[in-house]
Amino acid sequence: MKFCDLHLCASVMDLEHAKRMIAKSSELGYGQIAVPLSANVKEEVVKALQQMSQRSGLDFVTRLDLAPRNPGELLSGLRRFRRRFEVVSVLCGSKLVAGQAAKDRRVDLLSFSSVGAKRRYFGFAEAELASGSSAALEIEMAQILKVEGPARVGLLSSLRREVSISKSYGVPLVISSGATDTLFLRRPQDYASLASLFGLDFSLALKSLSETPVGLVEKNRSKQRPSYLLPGVRIVKGSCEGDD
Amino acid sequence: MIKQIRRRYLFLRAESEMPVEQQAVSDAIFSAVLRLFGEVGATQAALRLIRFDGKTGFAVVRCSHTALPMVKAAVASVTRIGSQSAAIHVLRVSGTLKALGRKIGSV
Repeated sequence: MKFCDLHLCASVMDLEHAKRMIAKSSELGYGQIAVPLSANVKEEVVKALQQMSQRSGLDFVTRLDLAPRNPGELLSGLRRFRRRFEVVSVLCGSKLVAGQAAKDRRVDLLSFSSVGAKRRYFGFAEAELASGSSAALEIEMAQILKVEGPARVGLLSSLRREVSISKSYGVPLVISSGATDTLFLRRPQDYASLASLFGLDFSLALKSLSETPVGLVEKNRSKQRPSYLLPGVRIVKGSCEGDD
Repeated sequence: MIKQIRRRYLFLRAESEMPVEQQAVSDAIFSAVLRLFGEVGATQAALRLIRFDGKTGFAVVRCSHTALPMVKAAVASVTRIGSQSAAIHVLRVSGTLKALGRKIGSV
């Protein structure tokens, strides 16, 4: 089983830190990682991260985090940057943005802030919209590790509700680390055990760490190939440079 | 006849910036179980730190087999040992110490 961490918060400015995080991910049993990059990231930085990952035996995925203030800003961001990144995540800071992100096919991951249950805008309406598009709900495990006491109780209760809603609407779940330091990284099986705290059974949690994110990346990569035309339609014969 | 208690042995690795002591590791795991599952949960878990190597951070913990998922979740939630930032990874689980010894050989 190939495990994927779609949110490894390695510092792009400090490549030594990134190197440590990538090496640790490899040691813990991951096969694929995504590091969030800024929209104007330099090509050399991406190449350096790719090389580091390759040396550690990992498949590197480019990820963009959008944090729009309104639906218009989200649409403009998607129009400008979607094609440059393999995974696009949207941090939904309002109900309107969450609705727009959930229904847009260009959005891969719906992320929510950990600050208070009232700021997590994933409800029945968003789940129904997301079930029609390809967006998955992202659960960052570092959020659970970083808080304690009443804050953790609130977070776990919100996650339990969100997981239950996403299960009933068939919205895929993606578990990622969201780790900013090697000491916040855990093995995939440990994350699956932690997921039991919000009602996700072990096998489904492992699927959210492997099959679902790996499939999402594979689908997006196939879309970025020159032979891709439409969903389900691609050129199988002809001159497509750079295609395999 | 009294039914024999079934146990599970967990092979763990504690990681931290500085070396940690056995008692601190034991306290960190016990506190994590207590925080997440309360006093009743901690009683059911029947936790005990069997071995600990301060140099490598490897540890063996015993718990009740029914409480295994609880203990694994609690161990994964540990972020501090004593006053230091830390992480504990579950590497292997076994039903007997002998079998765990065999499995550890492959780590």
